Amino acid sequence: MLRFLALTPADQVTIDKIECNRVTKKYDAIVIGGGHNGLTNAAYLAKAGLEVLVLEKNPYIGGATVSRELHEGWKYSNCSYVCSLLRPEITRDLELPRHGLQVIPYGGSVTFCQNGDYFGDYPDHGRQYREIARHSVRDADAYERYSADVMKQTRLIRPFLMRTPPDPTSLKLRDLKEMRVLAKAFAELGEEGLADTLKFWTMSIGDYLDGYFETDVLKAHLAGSGIIGTALGVYSPGTAYVLLHHYMGDVDGTVGAWGFARGGMGAIADALAAALQSYGGEIKRDAEVGQIIVKDGVTRGVALTNGDELYADIVVSNLDPKRTFLKIMDAKDLPEDIIHKAKNFKIRGSSGKLNIALDGLPTFNGIPKNSPLLRCDMHILDSLERMEKAYDDWKAETWSKDPYVDMLIPTQVDPTMAPPGKHMMTVFVQYAPPKINGGEWTDDDRDAFGNNVIEQIAKYSPDFKDLILHCEVRTPREIEDEVGLTEGNIFMGELTFDQLLFNRPFPGYAQYRGPVPGMYMCGSGTHPGGGVMAAPGANAAREILLDLKRPNTVPAGYPDD
Amino acid sequence: MRQHDETMLLQTPFHSRIAKACELNQWDDWKGYTTPHVYTEVEQEYFAIRNSTGVFDLTPMMKYRITGPDAEAYLNKLLTRDIRKIGVGRVAYAVWCDDAGQVMDDGTVFHLGENDYRLCAYNRVMDWMMWSAMGFDVTIEDETADVAALAVQGPTSCSVLKAMGFEGIENLKAFGIRTYAFDGVILMVSRTGFTGDLGYELWIDPDKAELLWDRLFDAGKNFGIRAIGGAALELARIEAGFLQAGIDFVAAEHAVRMGRSRSPFELGLEWLVSFDKPIFNGRRALLEEKKNGSRYRFVYLDVEGNKPAEHSFIMKGSKVIGTVTSAAWCPTAKSNLAFAQVESKYGNVGEVLVAEIYYQRELQWTRVLASCTVIEKVIFNPPRRRQTPAADF
Ligand SMILES: Cc1cc2nc3c(=O)[nH]c(=O)nc-3n(C[C@H](O)[C@H](O)[C@H](O)COP(=O)(O)OP(=O)(O)OC[C@H]3O[C@@H](n4cnc5c(N)ncnc54)[C@H](O)[C@@H]3O)c2cc1C
Repeated sequence: MLRFLALTPADQVTIDKIECNRVTKKYDAIVIGGGHNGLTNAAYLAKAGLEVLVLEKNPYIGGATVSRELHEGWKYSNCSYVCSLLRPEITRDLELPRHGLQVIPYGGSVTFCQNGDYFGDYPDHGRQYREIARHSVRDADAYERYSADVMKQTRLIRPFLMRTPPDPTSLKLRDLKEMRVLAKAFAELGEEGLADTLKFWTMSIGDYLDGYFETDVLKAHLAGSGIIGTALGVYSPGTAYVLLHHYMGDVDGTVGAWGFARGGMGAIADALAAALQSYGGEIKRDAEVGQIIVKDGVTRGVALTNGDELYADIVVSNLDPKRTFLKIMDAKDLPEDIIHKAKNFKIRGSSGKLNIALDGLPTFNGIPKNSPLLRCDMHILDSLERMEKAYDDWKAETWSKDPYVDMLIPTQVDPTMAPPGKHMMTVFVQYAPPKINGGEWTDDDRDAFGNNVIEQIAKYSPDFKDLILHCEVRTPREIEDEVGLTEGNIFMGELTFDQLLFNRPFPGYAQYRGPVPGMYMCGSGTHPGGGVMAAPGANAAREILLDLKRPNTVPAGYPDD
Repeated sequence: MRQHDETMLLQTPFHSRIAKACELNQWDDWKGYTTPHVYTEVEQEYFAIRNSTGVFDLTPMMKYRITGPDAEAYLNKLLTRDIRKIGVGRVAYAVWCDDAGQVMDDGTVFHLGENDYRLCAYNRVMDWMMWSAMGFDVTIEDETADVAALAVQGPTSCSVLKAMGFEGIENLKAFGIRTYAFDGVILMVSRTGFTGDLGYELWIDPDKAELLWDRLFDAGKNFGIRAIGGAALELARIEAGFLQAGIDFVAAEHAVRMGRSRSPFELGLEWLVSFDKPIFNGRRALLEEKKNGSRYRFVYLDVEGNKPAEHSFIMKGSKVIGTVTSAAWCPTAKSNLAFAQVESKYGNVGEVLVAEIYYQRELQWTRVLASCTVIEKVIFNPPRRRQTPAADF
């Protein structure tokens, strides 16, 4: 069903368009950005019967959820590389398996030590216990208490992932009701649980772990999840929550488990795109939006950087809050406060990434070739002190000279990403600052950063360097330029309490609605935040459909048991 | 005659290799054999089936060899399916019934040569086979212990067999059979399995079992090969929608209570009943049932939420109309699937029923009433399952 424009005087822009282009289709909704949240949002709007168009600046979709072949025969998960947060309600509801998505859980992790030893976090509980006990019996016992405490906190957050945060200052019935749900969840924790929650949301991961464990390498091993993608150190307040953010997902109901998307993370975006198209939605690639068109105080459409204009009364931005309000919206269309808020939004880049094609499976000091530990997350940095020093470099506006890495070789599990017997390695690096000594990253800086990481890995893997066939190095500069994540911040804004729940992205704007009628936000800069989760996109669709008085197509969250 | 037997549980010819790989030491008793329940982790073993290659020892499966001039005629009377349509070199799924038209077992028939068949069965059915053989010139042998068998299942299974040097294996069609020379004996490969995925079953002389295992795992090392236990297979077969004797139906001969056995119609297996054949066991009763209607209906249910509806009552309103026999959260299809048997007037495709699900967490039981929809087919059904030539992954 094509819908043509109504020729009212208010639609002067559109009349012009019709005159020069003959027929311009007006969409019900335009989504700016083909990241996984934009695609999810569009899929739910299309499922509700809206005519939806997604505009993506790159020749490929997915944003930070993408697989690309940069070396013949090898596929990389160029940005995000493992999957846990993706909401199972959405996967099932949009029939993503039918559209080609398969998520394969892997278990465990390992941290290499400078003294040649390692700490292996085995997926099997008995083995995990014995391994911690090898370092400290007391820590092995304390781990049970730690797991239960962390699980309590994930159980508090998980039910809110598929809900719109209430506005605590609003007297609307819906907000009051949602506040009550929130209050009830907190009350159920009891006094001690509540104290723990506050600790979790405000403490540093270092201090938190000091409350449980005595072994350096164990603490360093666990602390990694508290700093990934975050411009904070292990002793900075707020990092305990970041750890929780990495624990609150699940694969097939196993909370905290992570998996590989078969074919790389792009398989998620591809399946979402196929779902969107199955509902009649459209995607336009190589279509960079320069401006959201606002006329007489309401949203009218978008103008592309190539000059084309496209129209819809609903425009949804998948971009981060800074780009959305400071780049593709005109200040004169916006209330003053939101410009301030966008300027002050914390979205500091802190991470880099290497994607490496390998001629064979590298060996790692002291670890047998068929150990399950090679099939999971491998970390370097065996003490909180070294981690804090890595952060010191970030503060000094340079990359960590002794970097923390989270690396995996998914091709041991996924047969689709490299030729048989060959491998692909994904290396997430913490820290890399958005600017080097106050200046932009140069190509030389990028190469030096990459080499430093390769040397770091080579210290623990003697044959690693000889196996490298190709390497993609991504600093915050590449991440910002290619994906459009401001400063290269992987979560589209830091995950600190001042930017979470009803504060995400800003107080008063946490319900996905922008300051101009018809304008919405659906990216990771909104609740519940970054990661390949699809919840922001789905939640935003629910709000849009509510405003349009259309039946809701977005599923409710599964209750936790 | 065999020696007096003092062994509690037998071991299959692969046992030396299996015992080494079975890190968790979790074993099952399958028809008197020690078989692995889980080697290392159920999920990872399950995903070997769905993502790379899982290897399952199916030696304990009952295997009967049927030969003699009347072999075809005999099987055509024993089974409800028209066996004349199964050419040499082909395999077929089949059920057989007692005279009351109640299912005694299900299994696969391998047409190995002119009047030469192998029937694989879940139950031990020699007695019934002998009764049914009266008047036929056939020889029936239990060759369970004489044939070692491995299921090699998953998207890279064809790549593994190619790496073993089995030329042309990619062209073997689903339910087809081929033979290869292997260390001086004949290895039979059939494109069959119990996982609903691309997969093969390898049949060999038990003396060569260990060698086969070693060569297979060596060939598979770059294709994610992994030994899998009974728990992973169980999950895969539910996701694929396959019935399991003893779980989804009681063998007619074993049922003690009235009304506990089921006919093929009541198990959704009408397609296996060939009334064009003038005679087969249970024909009259089944014709009668077809005319008068069945008591029960077998349905697949897509259950809301993520709690498997294991052993649930199925209700219409407040009335209990059936029970669940198998249920699982299916990790590849991402669906919450249940097999149920309901009163025959219920269960049309699209009908919404309610599953009463109980589950326990930290010692407390919780009850959920989950709405569920009758679906025609299970969701898991990848094209690679039937695609020929078989894909590399
Ligand atoms: C290096 C890295 C590693 C990560 N690792 C993980 C991980 O392992 N697991 C995990 O769960 N999460 C991970 N994350 C986080 C996760 O990938 C992101 O939070 C998430 O993908 C963001 O999705 P999104 O849809 O909100 O935004 P994006 O993916 O950023 O999508 C925004 C889209 O908008 C497009 N765009 C930008 N500007 C314009 C414009 N003007 N016009 C049109 N289109 C435009 C972009 O090209 C992009 O496609 C990682 C992120 C990075 C960068």
